[in-house]
Amino acid sequence: MNKNIDVIENPVLKVEDLCIAYNKSDSKYAVKNVNVTVKKNSITAIMGPSGCGKSTMLRAINRMHELYPDIKTEGKIYLNGENIMKMDTIQLRRKIGMVFQRPNPFPTMSIYDNVIAGYKLNGIRIKKSERDDIVERSLTNVALWDEVKDSLHKKGTFLSGGQQQRLCIARSIAFQPDVILLDEPTSALDPIATSKVEDLLVELQKDYTIVLVTHNMSQAARISEYSMFMYLGDLVEYGKTDMMFTNPRNKKTEEYLTGKFG
Amino acid sequence: MKSDTITKYVLLFSSFIILLVSGGMIFSLLGDAVPVFEKFGWRFITSTDWNPTEGRESYGALPFIVGTLSTSILALLICLPMAFSTSLFIAEYFKKSAFSSIISSMVDLLAGVPSIVYGLWGFYTLRPFIVSLGLDPQGYGIFTSGLILAIMIIPYATSLSSEIIAMVPNELKEAAYALGATRMEVIFNVILPGARSGIIASFILAFGRALGETMAVTMLIGNANIIPTGLFSTGNSMASVIANQFGEADGLKMSALIAIGLLLFVITGVVNFVGKFIIKKLS
Amino acid sequence: MSTEKSSIDLTKNNTYRSVKDKVFLWTVIVISIITISPIVMIIGKLVWKGFRQINFSFFTAVTPSTFEAMTAVANGEIIPGGIVNGITGTLLLVLMASLIAIPVGIIIGLFLYENPGKRYADLIRNLSDILQGVPSIVLGLIAYLWVVKNITQGYSALAGSVALAIMMLPLIIRSTEETMKMIPGTLKEAGLALGVPYYKVIIKVLIPSGISGLSTGVLLAISRILGETAPLMLTTLGNPMINWDVTAPTSAVPLLIWDFYNDPNMVDLIWSSSLFLMGFVLTLNIISKRISAKSKA
Repeated sequence: MNKNIDVIENPVLKVEDLCIAYNKSDSKYAVKNVNVTVKKNSITAIMGPSGCGKSTMLRAINRMHELYPDIKTEGKIYLNGENIMKMDTIQLRRKIGMVFQRPNPFPTMSIYDNVIAGYKLNGIRIKKSERDDIVERSLTNVALWDEVKDSLHKKGTFLSGGQQQRLCIARSIAFQPDVILLDEPTSALDPIATSKVEDLLVELQKDYTIVLVTHNMSQAARISEYSMFMYLGDLVEYGKTDMMFTNPRNKKTEEYLTGKFG
Repeated sequence: MKSDTITKYVLLFSSFIILLVSGGMIFSLLGDAVPVFEKFGWRFITSTDWNPTEGRESYGALPFIVGTLSTSILALLICLPMAFSTSLFIAEYFKKSAFSSIISSMVDLLAGVPSIVYGLWGFYTLRPFIVSLGLDPQGYGIFTSGLILAIMIIPYATSLSSEIIAMVPNELKEAAYALGATRMEVIFNVILPGARSGIIASFILAFGRALGETMAVTMLIGNANIIPTGLFSTGNSMASVIANQFGEADGLKMSALIAIGLLLFVITGVVNFVGKFIIKKLS
Repeated sequence: MSTEKSSIDLTKNNTYRSVKDKVFLWTVIVISIITISPIVMIIGKLVWKGFRQINFSFFTAVTPSTFEAMTAVANGEIIPGGIVNGITGTLLLVLMASLIAIPVGIIIGLFLYENPGKRYADLIRNLSDILQGVPSIVLGLIAYLWVVKNITQGYSALAGSVALAIMMLPLIIRSTEETMKMIPGTLKEAGLALGVPYYKVIIKVLIPSGISGLSTGVLLAISRILGETAPLMLTTLGNPMINWDVTAPTSAVPLLIWDFYNDPNMVDLIWSSSLFLMGFVLTLNIISKRISAKSKA
């Protein structure tokens, strides 16, 4: 085992020998042999320069790569001890939510319908009162309720970028997942909206396990408990965020964190 | 005068040609349709009596209007599921794969087949097939014409629909997949609502094509100047009656045929305008 | 919170949903295959029934008379003669329609490109779109009223070309405008900055840089009009002999197909003529695709 990688007892997520290539016939891997474990109810950040495979790895966790037949994924990922490669994708994605780089509320749906989109898309029928509950609770959890409660039936695309991104987080937590994956969720937002989303994530880790890809080191430093540093598809270092920032074990990590490249 | 000014004016004057052609078209059609409208008034549109016998001349275009509309609507209904599936095949399920380019070039080929060849194929292949199915003893009529029209307009509906479907942003589809939706659920809940108006416009434009098609319909509709009574009834369409009766037409009959041309021009113009309007609003 | 989590259980409807998903996929595949099957059947039929009639005389002789055809059919022989009068007629019609529509269409396309966003240009663009939707039979009526009645005082090749030219015009305008939009504006500016008059920039810079787009548009427009039958029935009428006089009635391949279809003795000729016509149209389509693929690469 790599001495730069900490192992967490009773993890929510456990990744074993994960390899991903963008071309089935090609042996050029975008993610190489990653082994990692993720702590429950915490924020784990994945950092690294662009093209290092951080988003690629994140998207493997809810098997997003299966939408693109050219991508080859090898290895095992366990969610609470269950191999996700053997799970039904519907069930898996219900347990692992995802928020994307650019806010992407469904433009044809209202704010209300966006929040319960998971239920609608999956054909789950619930009572109106229950629906109202879920919408109010999810929007309250992302601190959006007060801002939109009078315009719930307007289109979600009328909101500002930051509000849209919080709406997307609400859409994901309305479904009560175990893990939320966020792929650079603040890269398209201004600083104020970014800090709101960050506060929200800190709040949400009480109930959810959060894995966050970020290109922004200070964001990782501010909100995450654990951090991974990836470089050229390798997981170089993984451990407590404050330890990594104050005392990196690997030279590459140190160079990245001190801004020598990136 | 500077040469650049001359160039500018040449470009400007050339555009008048479009004004002249479109204006002249309406003017000529209207002018030559006047006699029949003067004589019959609204009865030209509402009457079903078409009788060119001299002395007892009577021209009512209703059977042809009904014939054109019923074959075109039938064509649209048949074309809907087919063009829709083909667009999904090309722009969603097999996007960018070899399958998709094979199917889309086949669809392009369909667009290149001349109307008269469709008519021949309809006459020698489709019609006997309908007879052998026992649907109709002759195989002529609204159904056969509608079917051949459907095949003819599929390329128009498919090429535009698949373009619009391919334009639905990937991130929206991914958002739905991330919530656990199946591909079919993504198609019906994300892609279709997003591409709806574009798809509708493509079918409206395809419908406009069906309205004006002449040769294939002429060869298959049965050319009976009656209001069709059912799916397998014979009839006649506006374009077909012009093609069929033009040769021996003069005087009032010529005016009646030109008036039918005018009606066809107006109907297709309105349909196309609506379709283009929706597309303009999209972009 | 943990109790709520377990309340959302998808395992119940999972199987049903994935089965539905699969069924839908296969429905799409099957319907798509049905949709494209007519083209295979049409080409198959044309080749199968038409190739026997395609021989040397098919391209060199004029159409036989009904009597000649009848005798040949009665003796079980191939119908003599060919469709050269149709081929020359089609060439004449297409040539003249192109001579009218290509320069005019390109100039109007340039006008639209030069005046983006202007009200008047929008009007022209919309009118051109509407022209594109006008049924070809109506264009036949128009050419009859304008040319047959007033200019040539009788059915003529010119009348047919006018109808076909009006069909081509919107297609060429559209493709010119689109092509010009793709040419980097800096190219035009570079020319103008050198003090070159604008018409020279058009002829020496814009048209040569957009030549592949323009020729694709022209070829597609020609392939659209090649098979047109209805407007020709109203304008050029037909002619059993080779005709190069633009004021006289002339034949065309699609018109001949229509004649053969209506004459029981000549029916055997429809397949070879259709095969020839389809082959012509498809070749143009393929060439234009090649050109546009090459310019994009």
